Amino acid sequence: MVPELNGKKLLLQGNEAMVEGAIAAGCRFYAGYPITPASEISERMSYRLPQVDGTFIQMEDEISSLGAVIGASLAGVKSMTATSGPGFSLMQENLGYACMTEVPCVIVNVMRGGPSTGLPTSPAQGDVMQARWGTHGDHPIIVLSVASVSECFSIIVTAFNLSEKYRVPVIVLSDEVVAHSRETFTIPPADSIEVVDRIAPNVPPEWYKPYEDNSRGVPTMSSMGDGYRHHVTGLVHDADGFPTDKPEDIEAFTKRQFKKITNGFFEIQITKKFNLEDAEIVVIAYGSVARSARHAVAMARAQGIKAGLIQLVTIFPFPKNTVVNVMRQCKAVLVPEMNMGQISREVKRVNPGTTEVFKYNRIDGQLITPQEIFEEIQKI
Amino acid sequence: MDVDRFEIRLSGSGGQGIILASIILAEATGIFEGYHVSQTQSYGPEARGGKCKAEVVISSKQIDYPKAVQLDMMLSMNQASCDAYCFDFKPNGLLLVDSSLVEQVSTSRVVGLPFTEIAREVAGKDLVANIVALGVLGYLCPVLSIKSLEAALAARVPKGTKKMNSKALQAGIRAAEKFDMDSLPRSIIPDEEEEI
Amino acid sequence: MPKGMTELRHKYLRHHKKFPHVWCSGCGNGIVLGALIRAIERLKLKKDDIVLASGIGCSGRMPTYVDFNTVHTTHGRALTFATGIKLAKPSLNVIAVMGDGDATAIGGNHFIHAARRNLDLTAIIINNQIYGMTGGQASPTTPYGANSTTSSFSNIEHAFSIAELAVAAGASFVARGTVYHAAQLDKLIEKGIRKNGFSVVEIMSNCHVQFGRRNNMGDPVTMLNWFKEHAISKVNGSSIPPDSLDDNFTIGILADVDKPDYIAEYQKIRQMAKGK
Repeated sequence: MVPELNGKKLLLQGNEAMVEGAIAAGCRFYAGYPITPASEISERMSYRLPQVDGTFIQMEDEISSLGAVIGASLAGVKSMTATSGPGFSLMQENLGYACMTEVPCVIVNVMRGGPSTGLPTSPAQGDVMQARWGTHGDHPIIVLSVASVSECFSIIVTAFNLSEKYRVPVIVLSDEVVAHSRETFTIPPADSIEVVDRIAPNVPPEWYKPYEDNSRGVPTMSSMGDGYRHHVTGLVHDADGFPTDKPEDIEAFTKRQFKKITNGFFEIQITKKFNLEDAEIVVIAYGSVARSARHAVAMARAQGIKAGLIQLVTIFPFPKNTVVNVMRQCKAVLVPEMNMGQISREVKRVNPGTTEVFKYNRIDGQLITPQEIFEEIQKI
Repeated sequence: MDVDRFEIRLSGSGGQGIILASIILAEATGIFEGYHVSQTQSYGPEARGGKCKAEVVISSKQIDYPKAVQLDMMLSMNQASCDAYCFDFKPNGLLLVDSSLVEQVSTSRVVGLPFTEIAREVAGKDLVANIVALGVLGYLCPVLSIKSLEAALAARVPKGTKKMNSKALQAGIRAAEKFDMDSLPRSIIPDEEEEI
Repeated sequence: MPKGMTELRHKYLRHHKKFPHVWCSGCGNGIVLGALIRAIERLKLKKDDIVLASGIGCSGRMPTYVDFNTVHTTHGRALTFATGIKLAKPSLNVIAVMGDGDATAIGGNHFIHAARRNLDLTAIIINNQIYGMTGGQASPTTPYGANSTTSSFSNIEHAFSIAELAVAAGASFVARGTVYHAAQLDKLIEKGIRKNGFSVVEIMSNCHVQFGRRNNMGDPVTMLNWFKEHAISKVNGSSIPPDSLDDNFTIGILADVDKPDYIAEYQKIRQMAKGK
């Protein structure tokens, strides 16, 4: 018998909670390749998916892993893979294919130090811009981040929901600290979790245009074998799905890709706000660094410094409106990151000119501590 | 009991069962005692040897920063890890060391007991030294009952090894009972000690 | 055979949508497509139940033209997508059509692992011994001593023996045919699809434009004659792979073994996982 996990308090690693979140979201296919610090996701998937009539497969590399994931999704099964930087680099090719063919899937990148083999067992946040621009060509994408075990569960559910709703691959950035930290977590009852599924076509097969625009910019999606035979290609294609070289088709196609994401900003751009009401110094952080930042903000408040925090759950599309609104009201912004400054560039880009932007970077494979952020706040 | 970030660090070399001990500790406090806990670790590529560190933060409130800031307790199972990770103590922070493997310590509130030797005596194996240490730690840890520790241990270790592990835990508890805690200074900061 | 060949093809082609095709006149790809269609007709498979996946190159365009569930994937990766599709919906008949460079250079690792894994897929590898679409560069199956645009003087590498490689990697069914031996090809593809397990059909095909032209076989007829003269039927014992413009090579069924396929094995895993 498969033990019932819902409603039971468990001590779970971030990686393990991701598996439970994925299964709760309806994921029934996983393909992956071993890599530190993401392997626990594969391991638990190999154990859990067959319990729920899903399928786990260990592929020969990360290229094939994402290929299999896209294939399974085309056949109608919610699918995901997980990796770390080196594997994520290999996935960029098929990530572009998923963007081009609008196939929903979730890709977890548990970030470690890089480039190349880098620091396999140490945390970093160096893949932020790769997640946004890693695959070639102009494309919109959704990138989420997680900072705790409970978010590993809930944000994976969000990732699947957004992926299905917008027909776009969703990347979830974790890091070694979040991935390997164990925290107590109670898996919520299944009926309390909102699960979104792709919308199937409701026209007769001969009328079906697999890439036809509509008010949302998201075409309906059939599954292979359901009678809606059509062509899927990584070439730029027309509404029928066939390759096209007509400039007007190409432009319409690319613009629709962006439109569908822009239309969804209201629900895609997720942030968490702490102590912002009267904040003069605002920390903008994501991933495990956001945990340090929360502690640092509490330390600063205890010293009478009016500090606040925006935790970016959605990194891309960059939540410009939220950040700009806060920047208009505060005096300074501090962006601590475990890289040389990637999101700080985005923050500077959207700065309405009213605020000073400071960055704090650590690239030695160590998590930024609350004390360090607190000291930076004090300096400002 | 209201707890605001009770922090424990466990350290040793790879293969000594440091991470497993920290998981059992986290489950005992998190699941059986009902606190919020956060267990983290850092390690190198070695499955055996090398330095290994795990931390458990226990709190009545949600835990923001998941790693230790100021230690209430630290366990060190060998000299290298003691040298590398023995810092950030609270004034009343307590260091537990395997006295057969750690000779030099950099703090004054130290409980030194021969975990590995005890393990060999009661179970015939060095392997369960981590569980002996866990017994000592559990006995001296104010936010954890022995009952919870026993339950967490039973739930985590492999079936065939329950008896051996339970013996090791009890041996650790007995060793801790015998240790004279009053012989230690109450604070590692000399001034505070005088004030008391 | 139902009525005329043309009518049969029209039953399966997206003739009102995607023609004319991109292939050169006389290209062997058309013969392969014809053989595939005839095999499917004989197997009486429903169009809805067939997936045709391809990689990149001239062979990669084949799915565009047929009225199945078709996927034109990334270069060398057709089998990886096919793996996901088959596992997600085992009721589908999943066929991957690839070129020689596609399947054995950039996709070589996927190819041998798919064979090892023994998932019930059919891999059709059109071996024209050259990178045709990109302009005649040497491929892993360009014969020793042949000319190409990237071996201008002479190819000093040896050809991969695709079918033999598949046998060694553990494929359940392996065959080699040529576009000259079209009637045999129908049967080899039919058997490959019918086989429960990973099947490989390597098809020697003519690219007279990019390969033949540089190797004294600049028209389709000369190339087909070359296949006719150099292909010998497998009798028993070992097979000879094509790695020379002078020597013979073996065609026919090189392996046909019965073993449980991945899906049957995975069903057992599901039972174990549920504690049954």
